[in-house]
Amino acid sequence: MSAVANALEMRLVSKTYGEGAGQVTALRDVDLEVRGGELVAIMGASGSGKSTLLTIAGTLETASSGEVRINGQDTSEMSRNERARLRRRSVGYVFQDFNLLAGLTAVENVSLPLELDGTRRKAAAEVAMRALTQLGLSERAQHYPDELSGGERQRVAIARAVVGDRCLLLADEPTGALDSVNGEDVMRLLRNACKRGVAGVMVTHDAQLASWADRVVFLRDGRLIDQTAPVAGPESLLTATAQ
Amino acid sequence: MSVRHALLALLSQGPKYGLQLGQEFEAGTGDLWPLNTGQVYTTLQRLERDGFVESDEAVPSGPQNRFRITDAGRDELDAWLRTPSDPAGPPRDELVIKVLVAMRMPGVDVSTVIQIHRRQVIERMHEYTRLKEDVVDDDIALLLIADAEIFRLDAVTRWLDSADARIKRLPAMPTLPTAPATPRVAGRRRVGARR
Repeated sequence: MSAVANALEMRLVSKTYGEGAGQVTALRDVDLEVRGGELVAIMGASGSGKSTLLTIAGTLETASSGEVRINGQDTSEMSRNERARLRRRSVGYVFQDFNLLAGLTAVENVSLPLELDGTRRKAAAEVAMRALTQLGLSERAQHYPDELSGGERQRVAIARAVVGDRCLLLADEPTGALDSVNGEDVMRLLRNACKRGVAGVMVTHDAQLASWADRVVFLRDGRLIDQTAPVAGPESLLTATAQ
Repeated sequence: MSVRHALLALLSQGPKYGLQLGQEFEAGTGDLWPLNTGQVYTTLQRLERDGFVESDEAVPSGPQNRFRITDAGRDELDAWLRTPSDPAGPPRDELVIKVLVAMRMPGVDVSTVIQIHRRQVIERMHEYTRLKEDVVDDDIALLLIADAEIFRLDAVTRWLDSADARIKRLPAMPTLPTAPATPRVAGRRRVGARR
């Protein structure tokens, strides 16, 4: 897939829940752009609005005000069905608890979104198999989720998220309860997916995970308050002196 | 990490020249810890003075001089390997002090100060993660060094998050307790004090 400029654009996005005295504002005037090929991490304390931002970016919820564009398409103008179609074709999700369907094999889990979008079963299975092979899971394709390790399950979830022509990958604490080395493998896969042109947005409270992103933006009380500078090259680390 | 013990460890593999020791030290630290030749020879002179190494020549300064570890040096190296690293000391970390000072300064938003440091620490973590990303798996020294620094920086971000959350819970800022007018009660434990 070729790189896409601004796969995600959020302009002055706000989200409120409830009314009157019980009204809660989860997001306030959030502006965020994510280019194809870029992985952005969203960090913030509990209740800062991270998950709300992710669900609105993925059109699982609608904003109270503001504009959300995916691949240039304004989602606020779309009907519920149009948004669902956009999600199936353009957006992949990776969740903390993998969210694989227990009754389907690894390859069936990956091919399901393609079949739901009208791809014939055999063609969908071939595409799914290619995605699994890319993630080193060709030998495990016919296994069910409960026959896979935690790391393998998350790799299947990533394959499902990037299969087809997705332009936006949304991840919520994508390494779940994996240990640091397996978690690192998952982050390498996400980065590689982004390098192939997908735009990635990852919500995490873990600074180690966030450090795999190209950019980290910080949320506080529903507002984007800060972001990291572009990553310096490794040569910047060669300044340490022996003591 | 102690350069003198690192040199002893290299010499425990067999006799070596000073230049060779410097090169092997840098390679063993993934080239992240440059060591100049002068430092190598100064350290070797001190090790010889202490009886932990011996050289072929009477004056251990020339590049043609080869060094070997002594039995006392092996004992010293063995004891160092088993000694706890960085024993707990009083909390005098500069970042901790900055946050404590910021809490007492009128007109300073401590959360903003914490966020500035959080961002800077994560930017530093970024650089080490990029380094790991580019490293092949068999460069284990570099991977371990990068991991160690990332875990250390991660601990700093956790402390910043915790400090931020604790400070937000305070009822009003910056009305914090002022220094006691009278001396502390005798016997109160000083954090980090050696027993």
